[in-house]
Amino acid sequence: MAYYRVSLFTSSGVVFMDEHKQHDNHSAVLPSAQALRRLAISESGFVFDPMSGHHFTVNETGLEILRHLQKDQDLAELLALLGQEYSVGTRELERDVLEFAGMLRKFVGD
Amino acid sequence: MNSIDLTVAITGMNARADNPGPGVAVARCLRDAPEFTGRIIGLGYDALDPGLYLREYCDSAYLLPYPSAGDEAFMSSLRAIHDSEKIDIILPCLDAELPGMVRLTPQFDELGIRYLLPTPEQLRLRNKDRLPELARHAGIHCPEIKSVTHSGFFYQCQEEGWSYPMVVKGLFYGAHIVHSADEAADAFREIAAEWGYPVLVQRLVEGEEYNLTAVCDGSGSMLGEVMMKKMAVTDKGKAWSGVSIFDQTLYDASAALIRAINWRGPLEVEVMRDNTGHYQLIEINPRFPAWIYLSAGVGRNLPLMLLQLILGQEIAAIPAARPGVLFIRHALENIVQQSEFEAVIMNGGQQLNPVPGPSPAATANEASRQATRNKP
Repeated sequence: MAYYRVSLFTSSGVVFMDEHKQHDNHSAVLPSAQALRRLAISESGFVFDPMSGHHFTVNETGLEILRHLQKDQDLAELLALLGQEYSVGTRELERDVLEFAGMLRKFVGD
Repeated sequence: MNSIDLTVAITGMNARADNPGPGVAVARCLRDAPEFTGRIIGLGYDALDPGLYLREYCDSAYLLPYPSAGDEAFMSSLRAIHDSEKIDIILPCLDAELPGMVRLTPQFDELGIRYLLPTPEQLRLRNKDRLPELARHAGIHCPEIKSVTHSGFFYQCQEEGWSYPMVVKGLFYGAHIVHSADEAADAFREIAAEWGYPVLVQRLVEGEEYNLTAVCDGSGSMLGEVMMKKMAVTDKGKAWSGVSIFDQTLYDASAALIRAINWRGPLEVEVMRDNTGHYQLIEINPRFPAWIYLSAGVGRNLPLMLLQLILGQEIAAIPAARPGVLFIRHALENIVQQSEFEAVIMNGGQQLNPVPGPSPAATANEASRQATRNKP
């Protein structure tokens, strides 16, 4: 099992989420794959939005989720995939993925 | 590739770190272009304008009388410079120059100096006090703007539905975000003293600033646009760093504005993206912006394109927009010998890069100095 930690950083250095911060936001929905596909994503985790000029960074787990979301991956399938890969509870995983997706929606203005 | 071996005069050689003029950046774009092999004449208004001493960009440099000295003083000075330098093309880079330059185009024609400038009507249509009307015509949001002629307005503006903070602006330059009537009245007096009346007030738009620059041919088309998001600004709100972007919505909005006025020449569209994601038109500047070197950085050298347009040359297909290219401005100390400074102070200009034969600067200096003495 891979080490589980998902994070997303803005240019101001704010950590939006990681394994130390748990959230109860279940209302977020997935951003559209079309909006995410315009993002320029580097293997280093640097992400640039060519439309807004915003940039942010994601860790390895965030990068993996972002790539799945770009392919219009279904949430249930995504959670199943991540559940097999990481040692994390189902509820925690779902909560974190949904919050991460909500942050992405905010960044791409979706 | 058509080589351009001509003499190009560029104004706006001021480059103070907090609010640089575009002239040095325009000259730098041309110097970077393999197609340009000509001479560059830098024109400024103050002996401390840095571009007047930058020989990597300018071959000669001269002082002009301020626009407030009048058309006659300006033409007298320009004619003297032209007699020596044989200017082929002039590229004005400052807002306050444009009305005079447009008026003087018949005299430019007589001298054989080429240009690409808007008509007086085009210039008027994008005046700051006309922006809401233009924006409405083009289908774009624009914060309300009002002309103010008395500082008493700021103490009773709430009765007219205005609230603080708001922006107090000059017709050509200057913008202050003010939070109280006293602060607004101070800004009003400062702007009126420097730029005259009317002073404008604009409702403040909260959001992020985006700019677009382009060259327009007068047929309503926009050529080679470059868009930029400001990443850091100076105390005066000028871009200190920025990143190139491409947003179809901003492209369409700018194209609609340009179609509405059939703009001719370079321009800059300034917008704010408000908190609801809508673009709000803030200003349309009738010249290249100070960050124009980014256009060369993304492979769309707009000053070069402007020369090609002026000369009637075929405009080569431009590369696709390249979002993600940054500029980060920096301050640099240029060492200037006393003799160079003296030449600008005493003679109104200097030759930076010698050319074979008699010095053109020597003959232009006397008339230029006479005209410069007229400045306020």
